[in-house]
Amino acid sequence: MKKETIKQAFIKTLPVMAGYLVLGIGFGVLLSKIGYGPLYAVLMSVIIYGGSMQYVAVSLIDSAASLITVAITTLLVNGRHLFYGLSMLEKYQNIKRKPYLIFGITDETYSLLCQEESKDEDYYFYITILNHSYWIIGGLIGNLIGTLIPFNSAGIEFSMTALFVAIVVEQWLTTKDHVPAIIGFGCAVNCLIILGPEHFLIPTMIAIVLLLIMIRKRGKLNE
Amino acid sequence: MNNYHTILIIITISLVTILIRFFPFVVFNKQEKLPEIITYLGNVLPTAIMAMLVVYCLKDVKVTVFPYGLKELVAVLVVAVLHVYKRNTLLSITCGTICYMLLVQLF
Repeated sequence: MKKETIKQAFIKTLPVMAGYLVLGIGFGVLLSKIGYGPLYAVLMSVIIYGGSMQYVAVSLIDSAASLITVAITTLLVNGRHLFYGLSMLEKYQNIKRKPYLIFGITDETYSLLCQEESKDEDYYFYITILNHSYWIIGGLIGNLIGTLIPFNSAGIEFSMTALFVAIVVEQWLTTKDHVPAIIGFGCAVNCLIILGPEHFLIPTMIAIVLLLIMIRKRGKLNE
Repeated sequence: MNNYHTILIIITISLVTILIRFFPFVVFNKQEKLPEIITYLGNVLPTAIMAMLVVYCLKDVKVTVFPYGLKELVAVLVVAVLHVYKRNTLLSITCGTICYMLLVQLF
């Protein structure tokens, strides 16, 4: 029945394949633009495996950011994965290949698996590894395109901005509470104006967390 | 370009990401109730961070000198408007990026 399981998993992951290939290609091209070849693209996609974070990583690498900045940025950008893990605790109990399944929890893999009723461990595994490979292949293709095919790529870095704008708009349309988005935007703009582009990231993230905690208490008093 | 530092950055990101993904499985078992503040931050933090990342992407745009960040503004609007109407992330990203590349390369 293994073949049948792989086939099912493959069909289920087709939408993710389209997304990961396109986003992966964007990432690969960006990485090639700052001078890093296919080896780096594959390495990053294999051991980091996180869409938005790898886009941010390109710019952290390009500016030779300090490891502290890198660690805190990763913590905040990928922090949401913690909650994916929490809701998978039960599902991933006593399961074989558990470490890889946990490593492979991304937004998309989570969205495919969280509503999954089946108890088939192989099915989880195939979905996770198929998504991972789409992402690696996308990054590799993009990097090869950027390295080998000469084309005027000026402005392609905007794909990263576009990705986050689309995510923010999507979140804005699907949630009622817009305060967190406004806080994130407001803190970032203010810190950028006050501190300048080199040093605003960490203060912004601290300000965001503090403000969010503060409004949580206020919200409670109002209830 | 400093390859040694780059490798360190990549490893740091990888380790922190792995730490985040494994944390719940190491620390919580399924009976335990989560601290309320963690659940709360889990709900609100992603939205705030994504909004911050938009600003981060645009941090080097110079709004005081010509063309005053107009190219970025136009491209961001293309992404946002397209996304409101079509709700298709890949379409929004592709069209926005092509639009920006044309603006940068033609003007």
